Amino acid sequence: MFVPSQASAPSRTEPAIVRLDQVSVRFGVGPGAYEAVRHASLDVAAGEFVAIVGPTGCGKSTLLNVVAGLLAPSAGQALVNGRKVEGVTREAGYLFQQDALMPWKTALANVAVALEVGGVAPLEARERARGLLARVGLARFTERYPHQLSGGQRKRVALAQMLIRNPSILLMDEPFGPLDAQTRGMMGDLLLSLWSADRKAVLFVTHDLEEAISLADRVVVMSAAPSSRIMADHCIDLPRPRSINEIRLEPAFHDYRRAIWNDLRDEVMKAYGAQDEGESAP
Amino acid sequence: MNRTRLLLLQIGLGFGMLLFWHIVTTYPLLGDVKTIQFFFSNPVDVAARIWKLFHTGVIWRHLGITLAETLLAFVIGSGAGIVIGFWFARQPRVAAVCDPYVKMANALPRVVLAPIFMLWFGLGIWSKVALGFTLVFFIVFFNVYQGVKEVSPVVLANARMLGMNERQLLRHVYWPSALSWMFSSLHTSVGFALVGAVVGEYLGSAAGLGYLIHEAEGTFDVTGVYAGMVVLSLFVILIDYGVTLVEGRLLAWRPPAPETT
Repeated sequence: MFVPSQASAPSRTEPAIVRLDQVSVRFGVGPGAYEAVRHASLDVAAGEFVAIVGPTGCGKSTLLNVVAGLLAPSAGQALVNGRKVEGVTREAGYLFQQDALMPWKTALANVAVALEVGGVAPLEARERARGLLARVGLARFTERYPHQLSGGQRKRVALAQMLIRNPSILLMDEPFGPLDAQTRGMMGDLLLSLWSADRKAVLFVTHDLEEAISLADRVVVMSAAPSSRIMADHCIDLPRPRSINEIRLEPAFHDYRRAIWNDLRDEVMKAYGAQDEGESAP
Repeated sequence: MNRTRLLLLQIGLGFGMLLFWHIVTTYPLLGDVKTIQFFFSNPVDVAARIWKLFHTGVIWRHLGITLAETLLAFVIGSGAGIVIGFWFARQPRVAAVCDPYVKMANALPRVVLAPIFMLWFGLGIWSKVALGFTLVFFIVFFNVYQGVKEVSPVVLANARMLGMNERQLLRHVYWPSALSWMFSSLHTSVGFALVGAVVGEYLGSAAGLGYLIHEAEGTFDVTGVYAGMVVLSLFVILIDYGVTLVEGRLLAWRPPAPETT
């Protein structure tokens, strides 16, 4: 049995940039309705890196979509900068798990268009996009189409596309999930180096506990579906700057891993049990 | 099989077929040569007739008219298909109401429309353009409709998160997606535009390749029919080659996977 380790949650005085207030999300109506999330409350401070972990299908991405304004909660509310989220959240950038680049645009055009739709002149947009693509290590690939890039390179383009608008909140939905282990490590380091330059609030969804601990300031644990709740909140007090591969060798890293896994284990078992009974999430 | 070998075999096969045709229509192996030539003509005669058509310049006017009809049918049909396909995809209610009638109109064999179009538009090029239009329109319409409908929801959500409004979504997401579907059916729609033109000419006209073939048939001039057919196939191959070039430029962003219709 787990004990919610709320004691380890950080106490802060600064106002939250993202606040989830008793958010519930329900799909469908009547007896076929499915409740993905129940009464989730979460505060993210400006510049804070929060990772959300939980078993498969537990509504982690649902929470992100609520913050992004892509999905309206059926109860409770999401606040960004103190204002209720209605429509797409302008302050947020979203990095999707799947390929979300426009396949008919080159890497450069994909990044530049994010500025152009905001009213930046095309020439300037291209210049800035070129600069950012160089920072994510794609200076030589600006004229390639997405299908001509590797999975890791496509993620870098997507990262640049998200960052170029300079959003104050970054939402990431298992962004490195489809990549191989080595590329994941490199992408994690890249993300941390970009993030440390100008700290933005990050909500990072993953099912990989080690990835969560090595990246985040806080790891939030969600319970198994349906009606997932936020059941624990761990503060990760590891020194920065971090290296994804080296931080995993620290003894403190393993203490965190053990503590969080204690919370997570039963939920993961529950999730697999539910799947075996053919009740996986829609 | 390397390229040269393949080309040699292809030429060899064509030459073999011509030789077979020549032998059975020149030597009395299967019966009376005159009778056989009446039905099957002779490759040398056909070649001579084609040479004559080009040498005297008669053919150019017919080719020009067929080409003009094909292009007009293609351009007008694609234009209407794009506009209506877009409209239906963005207005599901309109699409739902019109659905049975669209299906009905598309199920109709177009040849039966040819006499009506001749009545409406006369024997000139516009009745042929109309026939080609009815063929091209539906291909482009269905592809554009599909293209707008099947925009990846992730790409769409991402575009919204980048701050695009409805107009910008249309321009940067829906439009390119719809066009890519349309271009992937370019071969079919250009081919159908040509079919419409030639069938229209065949059924009643005073110029064009279809007319040429029909006229030769009317006088039991089998050599003329074959000559017209050969010119027509060469013409189609040439147009198809042009389409391939255009397609290569327009769909450069596509992965080279075999996913076209």
